[in-house]
Amino acid sequence: MATPNTPLWEVFIRSRNGLAHKHVGSLHASDATMALQAARDIYTRRGEGLSIWVVPSTAITASDPADKGMMFEPAESKIYRHPTFYEVPEEVGHM
Amino acid sequence: MPVANIQVSETPLVLYALRRADDALILGHRLSEWCGHAPMLEEDMALSNIALDLIGQARELYTYAAKAEGKDNDEDKLAYLRDVRQYRNLLLVEQPNGDFAQTLVRQFFYSAFADLYWRAMMASRDAALAAIAAKSEKESAYHLRHASEWIIRLGDGTAESHARAQAAIDHLWAFTGEMFAVDEGERALIHADIAIDPASLRGRWLTTLSGVVSEATLELPQTDWMQQGGRSGRHSEHLGHLLSELQSMQRTFPGQTW
Repeated sequence: MATPNTPLWEVFIRSRNGLAHKHVGSLHASDATMALQAARDIYTRRGEGLSIWVVPSTAITASDPADKGMMFEPAESKIYRHPTFYEVPEEVGHM
Repeated sequence: MPVANIQVSETPLVLYALRRADDALILGHRLSEWCGHAPMLEEDMALSNIALDLIGQARELYTYAAKAEGKDNDEDKLAYLRDVRQYRNLLLVEQPNGDFAQTLVRQFFYSAFADLYWRAMMASRDAALAAIAAKSEKESAYHLRHASEWIIRLGDGTAESHARAQAAIDHLWAFTGEMFAVDEGERALIHADIAIDPASLRGRWLTTLSGVVSEATLELPQTDWMQQGGRSGRHSEHLGHLLSELQSMQRTFPGQTW
């Protein structure tokens, strides 16, 4: 059902201590308290989480898909930025 | 062929567990009726979650009751093979869902009690009941929070939501007295520290209600007259219809599993 007057929220869940909160999806709720409750009810039903963040979707500034070329393609040719690019001498052993 | 009702030997302890099990099952079933019909997806999930918590509580309490009875009954038989007059739940929990406000007010009245009740029951001398209480208390605490937040928003929302929430409070109020009533059998269990006296929870229950209701700019009715009967099997006309749906499968295909 459409909920035109109900703001959209992005939900982030931290599954274990020491891990970062990870984006899991979005939901509609009238305010932050209700968003937190709804996030608990929708996204932690199978024991997924120890902590929840909800953020108004409008607070997120996203990159423009049209800028994909200049934003991300230049990195593609820089294979030397990956650690696997370098050969490790055998005498070093496991790093 | 219709399946005959089972007979239950209702010793005070069996009856005590059965009453709480019936509360949880009937309210859980009522909430499950919202599945696929709630005003928004988020609430559809929330109400289904609460329904599942309650049905889980019912299962443990039925199993406990069957064990206390020590006959051939089990959780399924107790749920599916007793007729209306054998059901022992509060009249409150069998009341129809009505509109969203009615469902949430019913939940609010019940959860505000259940939260206090289960917390107190964790001190029961009966270890099995204390364990059920410990699990149920965490669930009830969330049910209460969920319902409270909605009562505040419905009451302090639009003129329409305010009117509906107030109408639901006025309508359901007369069904709340039953939660605090105790009969002789229960009195004995209370003296044995197996059960707790629900009357001792009423003050705190009212404080919880008053706080939320006043924040919601709503009012609790001043009337003292209370409807009773559910605990002894005298139900409103709604329970029979609910059971006919709840039990139809087992009544039609006895012993069917899936």
